[in-house]
Amino acid sequence: MNSNKSVDYSQVPDARGHFGPYGGRFVSETLISALDELEAIYRKLKDDPEFQAQIDYDLAHYVGRPSPLYFAERWTRETGGAQLYLKREDLNHTGAHKINNTIGQALLAKHTGKKRVIAETGAGQHGVATATVAARLGLECHVFMGEEDIHRQSLNVYRMKLLGATVIPVTSGSKTLKDAMNEAMRDWVTNVDNTFYIIGTCAGPHPYPELVRNFQSVIGREARQQSLDQTGKLPDALVACVGGGSNAIGLFHPFLADDSVAMYGVEAGGFGLETGKHAAPLNDGIPGILHGNRTYLMEDENGQIIETHSISAGLDYPGVGPEHSWLKDIGRVNYVTINDDEAMAAFRSLTKVEGIMPALETSHAVAYAEKLAREMDPDQIVIVNLSGRGDKDILTVAEIDGITV
Amino acid sequence: MNRIKQRFESLRQQGRKALIPYVVLGDPAKDVTLPVMHALVESGADIIELGVPFSDPSAEGPVIQKAHERALSNGSSLRDALALVKQFRETDSVTPVLLMGYANPIERMGYESFVEKAIESGVDAVLTVDLPPEEAEEFNEQLKEAGLENIFLIAPTSTHERQKMVANMAGGFIYYVSLKGVTGAGHLDLDSVRANVTHIRSLTELPVCVGFGIKDGASARAVAELSDGAVVGSVVVNQIAELAEKGEADPAIYAKAVSAIIADMRKALDS
Ligand SMILES: Cc1ncc(COP(=O)(O)O)c(C=O)c1O
Repeated sequence: MNSNKSVDYSQVPDARGHFGPYGGRFVSETLISALDELEAIYRKLKDDPEFQAQIDYDLAHYVGRPSPLYFAERWTRETGGAQLYLKREDLNHTGAHKINNTIGQALLAKHTGKKRVIAETGAGQHGVATATVAARLGLECHVFMGEEDIHRQSLNVYRMKLLGATVIPVTSGSKTLKDAMNEAMRDWVTNVDNTFYIIGTCAGPHPYPELVRNFQSVIGREARQQSLDQTGKLPDALVACVGGGSNAIGLFHPFLADDSVAMYGVEAGGFGLETGKHAAPLNDGIPGILHGNRTYLMEDENGQIIETHSISAGLDYPGVGPEHSWLKDIGRVNYVTINDDEAMAAFRSLTKVEGIMPALETSHAVAYAEKLAREMDPDQIVIVNLSGRGDKDILTVAEIDGITV
Repeated sequence: MNRIKQRFESLRQQGRKALIPYVVLGDPAKDVTLPVMHALVESGADIIELGVPFSDPSAEGPVIQKAHERALSNGSSLRDALALVKQFRETDSVTPVLLMGYANPIERMGYESFVEKAIESGVDAVLTVDLPPEEAEEFNEQLKEAGLENIFLIAPTSTHERQKMVANMAGGFIYYVSLKGVTGAGHLDLDSVRANVTHIRSLTELPVCVGFGIKDGASARAVAELSDGAVVGSVVVNQIAELAEKGEADPAIYAKAVSAIIADMRKALDS
């Protein structure tokens, strides 16, 4: 791996939201003032002890943090190789890491005085996490979700409705997460005076990638301290799945300056990279502009975004957060892929071996960690970000098994 | 002199307002757009705004989104837009053509390569919806050097400070977005248009044209009275959509249908 001693990771992004050539603010003029307003509020509150105390309180008492760093002893034994630890984001309220971010953004929304929040969602976890904080703060909540994903993640759709949110089916384009994001941006342009857009991953126009990263970095800060407390040292490797990349950047960021810690971001290999039917822009894409930022994208020779495929709705996205594009180019993080089949196998094996049912997104990280651990020594430590629990995916798995639940 | 400057100069001399229709290239078929462009000119358009289809047109309302989808389904792309303008120039060397689209197709072609081809094809101006001034500095220089106008949007949400920044960078004309919303939305607020256009005029010599939310002759006339011209998109595209849904294949029918709309608007503007 490259040594990046000269890189000061805390100074990225720059004032205009650029991570090297990536990131930025590629949106129509109408949205610029809303982004300026968001940035101003965030800068003001970021270092405000009262705001931070409120977030810490909510994370402790509402989300249930810190999440445990769990030594998966039996899985380690069965795998053979490095010791496998799970950072248990699945134990958070609502069942995934997504709520770390929505708690933070909802508090920002409250400070803007806007009474309506909108969100895009793929797997529905971000939609549920947004609907949850909206219910708690008494905000009106509209969630945009691709028609395809509404079908795949029907349990989460119903959860959002029970929480009082309106789920708006998106029928344009490929009817998945990217189109839900387009639709959310259209809504935001129209209702910018009374609406706060809670983006669910570390993508979108500046300052979203930075603020989502900072809200999710609680994962890595805890994991770093827990590793030192529980094992007496830093881990040798970190593994996380990458859709937009928020759970991954949340785990990675606090370790970036620790040169001894290797990092692996796992993209969705779908039917296999060679088939072109996947969602792995960092492995098989090129830099371009979508959803307000420059980043690696899956696109054709005319610059049209192409349809992606992954068994997991939360990874089925043709772009990725701009900071990951930069971390790839400078060689600090390795980006790899796991196919649908491998993820399914990992879903089943972790469930049986540890009694922990991972989300299908998360199962990609689990599958790669298994491969990686086998190549490592028993005194080495791998931390896997267990970004979410798999209950939402039970119907998908049952369908694959030919069972009607 | 650039065709856009020339056009506004002669409009000023005649005391007329600019009428700027928008169509998406390749909507609904590749052979429809050229006859439609000529028909627009014959029925009174001053500048043609040619939409370049993109897979993720996040600033468009449903009518124009569907036009992009129809165009993409027959493979229309930025390359076709450039080829089409070249063809248009074979018989029309005076009507300015503005390419309106999103950044990624240009980024993919390469900014330098795009500028070269645009000049060669006879394009006059470019409007890239998702390249606001802060991300457009380099591209803006390249366009200026080549003699292409870079059209920027100013929105009702743009602060006075931003209006100044945009006015300093812009060329051709300023495109004032009349409402907070996507294309085709219907809540035109003339008081706010008046206030903003007046302020923009205090910042620049460039003409100011108003678009988004212009539905008919009356609304075109209302905004043109406050500015230098009106941009009409969804109304024209909607007419094309109706024919496309009926499965119409004859380009001449499309040309005739858009002519009728534009002739009406022209009459309203000139009366
Ligand atoms: C459990 C879980 N993990 C991961 C992801 C992917 O998102 P990100 O890459 O932003 O963490 C999702 C998205 O829906 C998710 O629900």
